Amino acid sequence: MLAVQQLESGYGESIILREVSMQIKPGQVVCLLGRNGVGKTTLMRSIMGLLRARNGKVVYKNADLTKAAPARRARSGIGYVPQGREIFAQLTVYENLLLGLEASTTPMAVIPDEAIAKFPVLPSMYNRRGGDLSGGQQQQLAFARALASNPDLLLLDEPCEGIQPSIVEDIREVIRSIKQDGKTAILLAEQSLDFVKSVGDYFYILEKGVVAWEGGLDALSDDVIRSYLTV
Amino acid sequence: MEITIIQLFNGLSVSSILLLIALGLAITFGLMNVINMAHGELIMIGAYSTYLTQTIFSSYLPSSMFNAYFILAIPISFMIAFAFGLLLEGTLIRFLYGRPLDSLLATWGIALMLQQLARTIFGAPNVAVKSPAWLDGGLKLMDGVVLPYKRLFIIGLVALTLIIMFFYIYRSNAGRRMRAVMQNRDMAACLGISTRRVDAMTFAIGSGIAGIAGCALTLIGPIGPALGTYYIVDAFMVVVLGGVGKLIGTIFGALGIGLTNTMFEYWTTASLGKVLVFLCIVAFLQWRPKGLVAMKTRALD
Repeated sequence: MLAVQQLESGYGESIILREVSMQIKPGQVVCLLGRNGVGKTTLMRSIMGLLRARNGKVVYKNADLTKAAPARRARSGIGYVPQGREIFAQLTVYENLLLGLEASTTPMAVIPDEAIAKFPVLPSMYNRRGGDLSGGQQQQLAFARALASNPDLLLLDEPCEGIQPSIVEDIREVIRSIKQDGKTAILLAEQSLDFVKSVGDYFYILEKGVVAWEGGLDALSDDVIRSYLTV
Repeated sequence: MEITIIQLFNGLSVSSILLLIALGLAITFGLMNVINMAHGELIMIGAYSTYLTQTIFSSYLPSSMFNAYFILAIPISFMIAFAFGLLLEGTLIRFLYGRPLDSLLATWGIALMLQQLARTIFGAPNVAVKSPAWLDGGLKLMDGVVLPYKRLFIIGLVALTLIIMFFYIYRSNAGRRMRAVMQNRDMAACLGISTRRVDAMTFAIGSGIAGIAGCALTLIGPIGPALGTYYIVDAFMVVVLGGVGKLIGTIFGALGIGLTNTMFEYWTTASLGKVLVFLCIVAFLQWRPKGLVAMKTRALD
């Protein structure tokens, strides 16, 4: 469904990603691993269109989106939960969720129940400002906001970073239920090995901006982990 | 007693005019952070639009309809200033987002060009706009206290503009998109919002409101090509004093400057009063640099 081909991208003069290629199939949970600073977030931002690709292609549902603006990518069905959550701090929780509807192809006036049902704590906070929520609550809000438009592909950039264990558990359950529904594919960048092993179908390990290893859950052996992921 | 009421009313009236000229700037400068020196000229465009509407009514339509022209002039001024804003944003401003000094210089150049354009079309001397007859006279409260209908009308117009703006910004889908883009452009784009279109609309609406201000200014005096230059400083002062980015702050800023200005002018003279107001603002901003209504939230970290 999503194919990244020979992607080269970076900030200004510095190139971060070199010839990165990856595939995501419908309904699949693909995990992106790697130490800090190897280019996981850069890859996410390049797929979303926040960073211009210098070379290579981003193909989504057979359409070449390499030159498309982020808004166009969002409307063609890519949902994005960025690192740091990026909640609109001055807007209420409800308004944040309504903004999630902007990307939906059919005009909707209300937030779909499925998006909210996964985060039952949200409706009680509808009138609070997004900026006044705690980090974990913001993460759930960002997640629900991305789900509101029923995306076919969800980009999750470190959804468990700095969040209390019980909410990490909630997020794991949400990812599992999305996987069970089979309608939405997920690209998950995450540091916690336990977490990705419990939800992932296929794994890419980045090192210094290139794909150093890829494979399924069975192939992700201790040797692989030792050589690419331990500090 | 009469003096107090008259001074209070004058203060309110000055505040309403200040608020009207600052509202558009509260959007283009307050929300979008564009230092738009051509804001005064957008006011001037609104004023001349009213003048044109009046001229068309008096030359082509029966005189019995003349009194209705002003009601029509308000939306016409808005639309023409809106169109100018759209053009200005599309050709110049959009290349200057995030570059305040460049936008200051460029929009100042645009301001000079627009002034010259007005001089070429309408001539250098001021032109007078004849107010409709139903705005002549005033409301007599008591002996010696007459509130002019024109001033009351402007206060009403400001209130109406504020209410419409409030509903647009805080209650409509377009307003929600606008606030989202102004707060976090990248994330708004990632949710599927066309930031280009929102930028253009926001700037054009700010410009259109400047046009309404120009329309109102025709009620209180003659208009000329340099009309905007008289008001641009006041407009910036109101927005900065109120707190950049907060609509409610702009209201308090206008009230604060309007009321103190009237008081100081009554106690001293017109020019000394203005100086004292300036001093107060400078002192206040030393004490609270973010203005009257500063945003307080952990989200700004």
